[in-house]
Amino acid sequence: MTSTSVSELPTPAEPSGAGRFRLDLNRLLVPFLAIFTAVIIGSILILLAGLDPIKAYIGLLQGAFGSDTGIVRSLTKMAPLILGGLAVAFAFKGGLFNIGAQGQLIIGAVTSAWVGFAVSGLPPILHIPLALLAGAAGGALWGLIPGLLKAYTGAHEVISTIMLNYVASLLVEWLVTAPTADASAGPLAACRVVGGCIASRTPPILSSAMLPNLYTPSAANGEVLHLGVLLALLTALLVSVLIYRTTFGFSLRMVGLSAGAARYSGINVARMTVLTMVIAGALAGLAGSIQTLGVNYHYETNQNTTLGFDSIAVSLLAGNNPLAIIPSAFLFGVLNAGSTQMQIVSHVPNDLIQVIQALILMFVAADQIIRSLYRVRATGDGGEKVKLSSGWGQR
Amino acid sequence: MDFNISQTTIVAIVAVINASIRSATPIVLGALSGIVSERSGVVNIGIEGMMLVGAFTGFMVNVYLSAANVAPIFQVQPIRLLIAALVAMICGGLMALLHAVLSIRFKIDQIISGTVLNIFAAGITSYLYVSGAKTLGGLPTAILNPIPESAGIVYRLGQIIFNKDILTYFTLALVPLTGFALFRTTWGLRTRAIGENPRAADTLGIDVYRLQYTNLWISGMLAGLAGATLTLVGIAFDRNMTTGRGFIALAVMIFGVWRPTRALWGAMLFGFASALQVQFQNGGLAKVIPPQFVEMLPYILTLVVLAGFVGRARPPSHVGQAYEVE
Repeated sequence: MTSTSVSELPTPAEPSGAGRFRLDLNRLLVPFLAIFTAVIIGSILILLAGLDPIKAYIGLLQGAFGSDTGIVRSLTKMAPLILGGLAVAFAFKGGLFNIGAQGQLIIGAVTSAWVGFAVSGLPPILHIPLALLAGAAGGALWGLIPGLLKAYTGAHEVISTIMLNYVASLLVEWLVTAPTADASAGPLAACRVVGGCIASRTPPILSSAMLPNLYTPSAANGEVLHLGVLLALLTALLVSVLIYRTTFGFSLRMVGLSAGAARYSGINVARMTVLTMVIAGALAGLAGSIQTLGVNYHYETNQNTTLGFDSIAVSLLAGNNPLAIIPSAFLFGVLNAGSTQMQIVSHVPNDLIQVIQALILMFVAADQIIRSLYRVRATGDGGEKVKLSSGWGQR
Repeated sequence: MDFNISQTTIVAIVAVINASIRSATPIVLGALSGIVSERSGVVNIGIEGMMLVGAFTGFMVNVYLSAANVAPIFQVQPIRLLIAALVAMICGGLMALLHAVLSIRFKIDQIISGTVLNIFAAGITSYLYVSGAKTLGGLPTAILNPIPESAGIVYRLGQIIFNKDILTYFTLALVPLTGFALFRTTWGLRTRAIGENPRAADTLGIDVYRLQYTNLWISGMLAGLAGATLTLVGIAFDRNMTTGRGFIALAVMIFGVWRPTRALWGAMLFGFASALQVQFQNGGLAKVIPPQFVEMLPYILTLVVLAGFVGRARPPSHVGQAYEVE
């Protein structure tokens, strides 16, 4: 234990100063081998379908890195996953498993879209922050509900956030629904007249709310590198500081490791639980926000349908470390960016990516499998062990 | 009271009750799955995934056995659907064994292990799914209503009791059966013992791990069957078609205080919430209440149940914690 920061915890010890991004080969080895094993199993699945795995993976890499368009696509796919991953990781540090990033994210996407198209006459310097803030606030509100439920009734956040995911998706579906003969238009729908249009979506956001474009790749197909990517990287840094370098972060981790001990040391656990979910929700909301303001420029019901779930995998692969989330999100960004090209080149359905993600997740969670498979010895200590299921049914 | 109005009202009530039973069936099975697993001390958040795998495999087996080149014996309706249901149960069981290996053998947090299972199930079923597959049909009605329509209210009652498929009756039979097994047999006593105090049970010579593996296998089979009830009634498989039923089942389990019979009533409540949806869509009320809000009902009900019953309902005391043999 070399950490000398104020955030030193009594027990168990932090693995080699978890706050700093120290290159620890042994700790990198397991995630790497997990990815490797998942890719191998993915190849077997491709072979079983009678297709060519080499072709598929080359297609994947081509799609993700083959051109500046590919690289931009990988980076823009990475950005919301960083923010979504942070939403999961932040809650995890506080002992909460936030499966609700998906719901928080789409609420954030739609509130951003609303401020983006409904508020006019603002210069970008004001409109963009306001729209981002609206996204964060929307997500925060959606995180507040399970936070309150957990803190004051004991409802486990895993079930309540999942339920809220469904409620969120139905709610935004209603908000943007196009009118039909049987149902009237949703309050935020672009379509106001029956039969006028079919798509259920909001009007486009004003140009003053669009995130600035940092780089336009050569193949002009609308994909650009927007400011949100930088914003996501910066947020990862900020969250890392918040968790490992502040008193608040110390309390957060203490609650995560032992709510009982935290309570005895004078921390208001219920308040921390609510606050943790609000901040986590805000981070997820921001993920939805940059999708609306930087990629889609409107909100439509079929957008961002898997981002929240991918975020869980991103966070767990990173060991719930905010800085490690950057490479983890990049990997998942690459997988998503290349999947279309993979499908075109090799006819392997891009759903395979989801399978590979789940396998990576499994091997990372069950690192003993990887360790015994490749005979990698365990690191000295177990690290911070957050217990999620012990609070089942108890306050 | 005007006879005609009361007649249409009765028809509507019967329709709602029948729709409630239909929606409740997979949730009851899911809740039983949860009860068996949690009574043995293992949180099973992966029921959703096991259901999805059951729905998928049940449907696919039905599709394969419906193909023209399959031996005619396998195409006979009861045999074809029985095989489909069995495969669904086995695959659900295999998913549960994975959960067992991850959470008992490798002692991964049970919530994480279950979540991994759910993500894996969504991925693998989407990957293997081929749209537009055809079957020779789903489960037929097991017992036709023998009461003549002229019998009035008795006939309507018959419409509720009869005209169901065999899986519905089987599910209803499983509820008291599981209750009996849990509270009146040696297996049940041992199961409850390892869920409450595995150390004491171990001292008395019960093989805790072995029983947990067995019970997770049973739990997975129940969840697989729950999924099969979705696709064997004649509805085609669709990506992520379980839409949270596995989690609703867990809320029902808590609502039912980890007891099968009480869980049945809880499931009926949720079935009713889902059944309202259909009635609203048919009733032309979409202008007044958006259909999305009616669709939200089961999910919001779950939240209310969780908020109102957790804390008051006492779970098996060792649930969620991996047991370590000394």
